[in-house]
Amino acid sequence: MSIAFRVNGRDVSVESEPDARLLWVLREQLQLTGTRYGCGTGLCGACMVHVDGDRAFSCQTSLHEVAGRSVTTIEGLSPDSSHPVQKAWLAESVPQCGYCQSGQIMSAADLLAKTPNPTRDQIVEHMSTNLCRCGTYPRIVRAIERAAKEA
Amino acid sequence: MTIFALGSGAAADSAPDASGLDRRMFMRGAGGLTFAVAIGLPALAAEARRVDLGPWVTLSTDGTITIRGPATEMGQGSRTSLPLIFAEEMDADWSKVRIVRAAPIDAVYGNPGFGGVMYTAGSSAVTGYYKALRQFGAQVRLVLLDNVARRWNVPASELTTEASTVVHAASGRRIGYGEIAAFAEMPAKAPEVRDADLKDPKTFRLIGKDVMRVELPTKVNGTADYAINVAFPGLLHGAVLRTPVPGDGPAAIDDSAAKAVRGFIRTVPLPYGVGVLADSTVAALAAKDALKVTWTRKAKGWGFDSEKGLEEFAAAARDPARPSKPWETAGGGAAALAACASVHEAEYRCDFAYHAQMEPLNAVASVAADGSACELWVGTQSQTMAVTAAATTLGIGPDKVTFHEHLLGGGFGRRGPRDMEFVVDAVLLSQAVKQPVKMVWSREDDIRNGRFHPLTAHHMKAGFDAAGQLVAWHHRKAADVVTEFQDPVRYQKAGQKDFIGMLGAELKTYGIPNRQVDQITMDSGMRTQALRGIGFGPNKWAVEVFIDELAILRGADPLAFRLDLLKGSPRAHAVVDKAGRMADWSRKREGRGLGVAYIDYSGTQIAGVVEVSVDRASGQIKLHDVWIALDCGVTVQPDNIVAQTEGCVVYGIGLALSERITMVDGEVQQSNFYDYLIPRMRDVPAIHVELIATPNHPTGVGQMATPVIAPAISNAVAALTGKRLRHMPMTPDRVLETMKA
Ligand code: FES
Ligand code: FES
Repeated sequence: MSIAFRVNGRDVSVESEPDARLLWVLREQLQLTGTRYGCGTGLCGACMVHVDGDRAFSCQTSLHEVAGRSVTTIEGLSPDSSHPVQKAWLAESVPQCGYCQSGQIMSAADLLAKTPNPTRDQIVEHMSTNLCRCGTYPRIVRAIERAAKEA
Repeated sequence: MTIFALGSGAAADSAPDASGLDRRMFMRGAGGLTFAVAIGLPALAAEARRVDLGPWVTLSTDGTITIRGPATEMGQGSRTSLPLIFAEEMDADWSKVRIVRAAPIDAVYGNPGFGGVMYTAGSSAVTGYYKALRQFGAQVRLVLLDNVARRWNVPASELTTEASTVVHAASGRRIGYGEIAAFAEMPAKAPEVRDADLKDPKTFRLIGKDVMRVELPTKVNGTADYAINVAFPGLLHGAVLRTPVPGDGPAAIDDSAAKAVRGFIRTVPLPYGVGVLADSTVAALAAKDALKVTWTRKAKGWGFDSEKGLEEFAAAARDPARPSKPWETAGGGAAALAACASVHEAEYRCDFAYHAQMEPLNAVASVAADGSACELWVGTQSQTMAVTAAATTLGIGPDKVTFHEHLLGGGFGRRGPRDMEFVVDAVLLSQAVKQPVKMVWSREDDIRNGRFHPLTAHHMKAGFDAAGQLVAWHHRKAADVVTEFQDPVRYQKAGQKDFIGMLGAELKTYGIPNRQVDQITMDSGMRTQALRGIGFGPNKWAVEVFIDELAILRGADPLAFRLDLLKGSPRAHAVVDKAGRMADWSRKREGRGLGVAYIDYSGTQIAGVVEVSVDRASGQIKLHDVWIALDCGVTVQPDNIVAQTEGCVVYGIGLALSERITMVDGEVQQSNFYDYLIPRMRDVPAIHVELIATPNHPTGVGQMATPVIAPAISNAVAALTGKRLRHMPMTPDRVLETMKA
């Protein structure tokens, strides 16, 4: 069946099973490959997107759940990497292999949207949903603190 | 800071030139000059005339300098740091440099410090290429100077360079590299580079100054080009169910449930498993999960139980009658123990561990319908091994394989086995279906099919003389032979030495005169592989915990005990001393313990101190601070070294405390991040890294801090509680058991 929603400000209509996972619809039907597959089980956060402004594990989100709603992926966070979180990520040289970083950035942007000046504990608590095997955690904390300051 | 985009793709940018260049010649390229400055690579002399010789650098008339990067990028930064070394000696304006991927040709781009192979592993990129790239860069600079000297009719010795500019101070003339490209003539013979032609490190403009890694911008906007993102029309999706135990294959396949999966296309029996093809990744993975396969069960590994196996390994390490292979012998070896006034022994163990790179293994292959050629899209630690694996599988020449290099979503050793089994998966599926196939492992596949950091048992003995000096050392390690499984080619070349498993067991810097390290080779039939820290992980676990126990036995402070043993190794002494001072070692903390560990990791000197507390109810070890002091010689990209070291520490914390693979009847018991626990942000303490820059040849940094962490934690727990943890990982149940004992 066909399900209509918004992605990065654009209306889309997708032919798929209603229980298809948003992650794979984004990656394979809409070619938005910035959203990553890491575990498929809600344990790593590589697939993090925003649905109506709240972060969501796209691997745990069924297509029917986003019908009529607005999804933002890393590609839609800013047109030119100018979101304060993206700028801070470059300034602190956060990414290593980079595979987890779309998800990290989407989680961080969600945090700062709701808590513009998070404490260190709030950062750690919020960001512990997202695994980074390269171990960029110290820099993620620094980048979020920088983004909070510079936003 | 200028941001550089990657080239438009490996194939277009790095197609090797096939015009039969002599290795000492240069050619005029389309937009300027291309320098084929491959002089000095040891592998070249014999092979150069047999291979296409690709250039390292192209200089365009607009001043753009295109440098080929020979290392693959998995977050460690070599795609940037190697061309930067070249650019330094060429005296290039970094803002004009464009980095593209080198073509997969060992004879031109192979790592001189790694057997001449294009293999990004062993933290060997900078250390292996450093000298050669400096020479090549200097050679280009000399050619540019000669051309300008002739043009201006002045002696070359009166010319100097600034960033991408040749300067004649006497006449005040200046000319940019791009302008030189328009008229430069190539000498018939490339200039010899003497040491005096290399820059004085004091004048470095790039080495030692942080630049942004070239691919970084693509990693904050979703565009980074991992192979898992490859998509084009006609691409089918594949998955593979592989035998749990290596060496077997399917005996019977029931794919009736798989066929019912929407999007299923077909089943492909493979020698070692069963592949399925479908119209999407989800469908392929679901169909693979729906397969019912019985296995031939002929291979060695069936019946293997890792807990029982470890007991057998430990018994073998303990049993002096068990035959062993020598790894290191110094002085009188283990025989010196007999003359000691006192001898101490202890036993240490490590479980299997998994790489857990965030991008599960995958590859895209397109095999020609007649099987005569193949195109590959892969993130791999060795371009040439990937090409060879595909060529061997198809029985074609490597020149028939077109290779597209991609970023790696993590490597840690996993993307570097000689057989490149994940590439072969894609090749076989594409060959069967005569269409391009993207083959993806699920996270569960990635764990189930993992190639692990080996199970090890270490039996240690040390002897003191009557004066209380540590004079004799014997380390017997029982473990599978990692190198033979991971890389049979290098294993044979190395005279059947298991260097991947054994490195780090030798003690070069501690002043212990009589030493012997032996390997008792076990054969569990399980898959093993280098993992971040390779042999140093388990070996330094045993060494550094044992050293600590010896210090305490002698009533010595563990840090002072090490400093005393390291008297003859000033760089080693300096890092241990530095880490101690960073941690304020002698200050007592209420309810907290400090532990230290030190490693000479292939020349890189590194020491770490950790501060821990222990929750005695749950057995959970909590880390509060980690201090690392590291001397890797010349620091090519200092901030990146710090970043790598931070990452190493986080990785080491996981291996130390929670990461554990177990096997029952040869099958891996873990399946995803709920039962294989890698560190989250909340598990990570404050990490303090200080680099001691010395003028020594640069050595590796990509994995050096990882093996420091586990022994430092065990040592800190002992300092706090008086109880000794000797089995890694130090899971809460093991901690509780030890506290009770
Ligand atoms: S892929 Fe969604 S949480 Fe890991
Ligand atoms: S940057 Fe590699 S997993 Fe996070």
